[in-house]
Amino acid sequence: MTTRRAGVAAVGVVVGYVVLVVFALIYIYPFIIQLVTGFKTTADATQNPLDLIPEPVSLDAFRRLAATSFGLWFGNSIVVSILVTVGRVFFDSLAGYALARLPFRGRSVLFATLIALLAVPGVVLLIPKFLVLNQLGIYDSYPALFVPLIADAAGIFIMKQFFESIPVSVEEAARIDGASTFRVFWSVVLPMARPALITITILSFQGSWNEFPHFLVASQDPDLYTLTKGVATLTSGQLGSGNQYPISMGAALLMTIPVALVFFAFQRYFVRGATAGAEKG
Amino acid sequence: MTIAATPNPGAPTAPPARPTRRPRSGGVTAGQGRAGWLFVSPGVILLVLFLVAPILLALWVSVTDWSGRGSPLSGDVGFVGADNYAQILTEDGLVKRDFFTSLRNTGYYVLLVVPAQTILALFLATVLNQRLLRARGFFRTAFYFPSVTSSVAISLVFLFMFSGSGAINDLLGYVGVQGPTWFGDSRGLLHLLGSAVNLWSISDPPQALTGTTVLGLTGWEWLSGPSVAMSAIIMLVVWTTTGTFMLMFLAALQDVPVEVEEAALVDGANRWQRFTNVTVPHIRPTLLLVVTLGLIGTWQVFDQIFITTQGGPAKTTLSPAFLSYFYALENGQWGVGTAMAFILFAIIILFTLLQRLVFRDRDAARQRRRERQRRQGVAS
Repeated sequence: MTTRRAGVAAVGVVVGYVVLVVFALIYIYPFIIQLVTGFKTTADATQNPLDLIPEPVSLDAFRRLAATSFGLWFGNSIVVSILVTVGRVFFDSLAGYALARLPFRGRSVLFATLIALLAVPGVVLLIPKFLVLNQLGIYDSYPALFVPLIADAAGIFIMKQFFESIPVSVEEAARIDGASTFRVFWSVVLPMARPALITITILSFQGSWNEFPHFLVASQDPDLYTLTKGVATLTSGQLGSGNQYPISMGAALLMTIPVALVFFAFQRYFVRGATAGAEKG
Repeated sequence: MTIAATPNPGAPTAPPARPTRRPRSGGVTAGQGRAGWLFVSPGVILLVLFLVAPILLALWVSVTDWSGRGSPLSGDVGFVGADNYAQILTEDGLVKRDFFTSLRNTGYYVLLVVPAQTILALFLATVLNQRLLRARGFFRTAFYFPSVTSSVAISLVFLFMFSGSGAINDLLGYVGVQGPTWFGDSRGLLHLLGSAVNLWSISDPPQALTGTTVLGLTGWEWLSGPSVAMSAIIMLVVWTTTGTFMLMFLAALQDVPVEVEEAALVDGANRWQRFTNVTVPHIRPTLLLVVTLGLIGTWQVFDQIFITTQGGPAKTTLSPAFLSYFYALENGQWGVGTAMAFILFAIIILFTLLQRLVFRDRDAARQRRRERQRRQGVAS
C-alpha cells in the first residue's frame, strides 16, 4: 500500500515537472527572443524569428537607438521613478503612521474615504487627470510627470497595516522621554518599518518605471518623454511601419533591464507586495 | 497594471474600531491631534488633487460641450445636460456604434481572460505546491517575472512574435498550419467557428442576424466573438498577469492545513476530490479576490491596445478606455470622452458588486444548509 502510494506520488512529481518545464519555456522564451533579436539584423529577424543565435551578430539596432532620443527618455524615466519613489515612501509612511497611531478628529472618516479611493480604477482617471493638470497650469511640465504619481492610496494603506503590527511600547517609552511626535516617528518607528519601506520602494519604482498612460496625457513636449512614451511613439511612428523588429526588441530589452535588476535583487519583497492583498482577503 | 499594490477594494477591511478612545483634551493628545493632521496632509492633499478633483472636474466636463480650449470652468463653456451620455448610449450614430463595439470587444475579452488567468494561475500554484518538488523558486520566478516588466516592452515583444512572419507562425508552420496575420486579422472567432461547423457562412451571413440591430450593432456583429487580433492580445494579457495571481494562490495554498488533506487521503478521496472538497473551500477568499481583481483589471485594458493595434483592425480591438482617450485627446470631443470614462467606471463597479453578490449568495446558502444539517443532527 505504502509503496503504491509512493509510486503514485513519484508519478505525480514527474508529471508536475513536465508541466512546469513546458510552462517555464512559454514564460521565458519571449524574453530570450527579445534578448537575441536585439542583436540580429532586420533581415535575419524577419527570416529566422525563432533562431537563438543571431547571424551575423549586429549592433546596428543599438546604434540606431543611440541616434534617437533614447538616452534622454532613459534619463527622464530614472529621474521620475526616483522622485516618485522618494515621495511615496515619505508621504505614505507619514500618513500611514498617523492613521495607525495618532488619534485625531476625523481619522476614521478619512480612512473610510481612503478605502473608497482604492476602488477607483486608474484608467478611468486618465482624461480627468489631464483636466486637472491643465487647470493647475502644470500640463506639459516636469512636475506633471511625477507629482500626480506620488498620490498613492494603496501605499498609505500598506504602511498603516504595517504600523499597526508593531508594538506600541517602544514608542511610548520614547514619548515619555519627551521626544516630539515627529522625532518618535523618524528615529524610533521608521527604522522598525524597514521591510514595509522596502516593499513600498520597490512597488513604487517598478510602478513608475513601467507607467505609460499617465505620461501619455501629462505632457506633449518631446523633451519630457519617458522611456515608455518614447519607445511607444518610436515604434508606432516612422520605425514601426517597416519590419524594424531588432530596434524595437533592443528598446524593449533596455527598458526591461533596470526592473529586472531590482526584481532579482529584492525578489522576496516583490512576492510580499503581491501577496499583501491576498492575505487581507 | 499594478495589481500587486491593490488590496481587495471592498473587502471587509473596516477600520479597526478603537474601543477605548482617549480623551480629546489633555496636552499630549491635543498635540498628537495636530501632528496627526500634519502627518496625513501631504498624502491627503495629493489624493484630493489627483484623485478626487479629477473625478469632480471630469463629471462637470462630461455634461458640457468644452472643446479643449481655455478652462472648462470658464463662463463660455456650454452646459449640455445628459447630451454626451445620450450620444454614447441612445442616439444612433458613430459614437454609439463605436462605444458598443468597444463593449462587445471588451466583453469577449473579459469573458476569456478572467477565467483563463484564474484557472491557469490556480493550476500552476497547485503544481508548484507539491511537497516533493524541487527548484520551486526557479519556476515561481519564471512565472512571475512577466508581471513586473513593462507592458510597453511586453507588447512590443508580442507584436514581433505574432507578426505574419514571426515566431508563432514559424512554430505553427512546423506542424503544417498556416498562421494568420494575428494583429491584422479582424475575423471573429465565433464567426470562424460557426462557419467551420457549417452553421453559417462568413461571406453570406444569415439574414435573421444581419437584419436585426440591437444597441448600434447587428446581431451578426454582436455574435462575432473576439477577433483574431483580440485573441493575440488575450494571450498576451493572460501570459502577463497569471504570475501575480499564482503567487496569491500559492500563499493561500500554503495555509491549507496538512492534517485536513491527510484526513481526506485516508478517507480514500482521490486527487480531484481532495482538490474540490478540501483545497478550493479553503482558498475561497483568495479565489474571490483574484476574480474581483481580474474583473477590475480587464475592463480597463488600455496599454496593450495602444501599443499593438490602436483599436484596429476594423475596430475589433477598441476598448472603452482606449475609446475614451481617443475621443477626448485625439478628437477633441472632451464631453464624450469623459462621459465614456464614467460609463466604464459604472460598468466596473456594477460587475464587482454583481460578482460579490453571487459569491455571497452562495456562501449564505451553504451556511443555511450547514445550520439545517446541524439542527437535524441534534434533533435525531
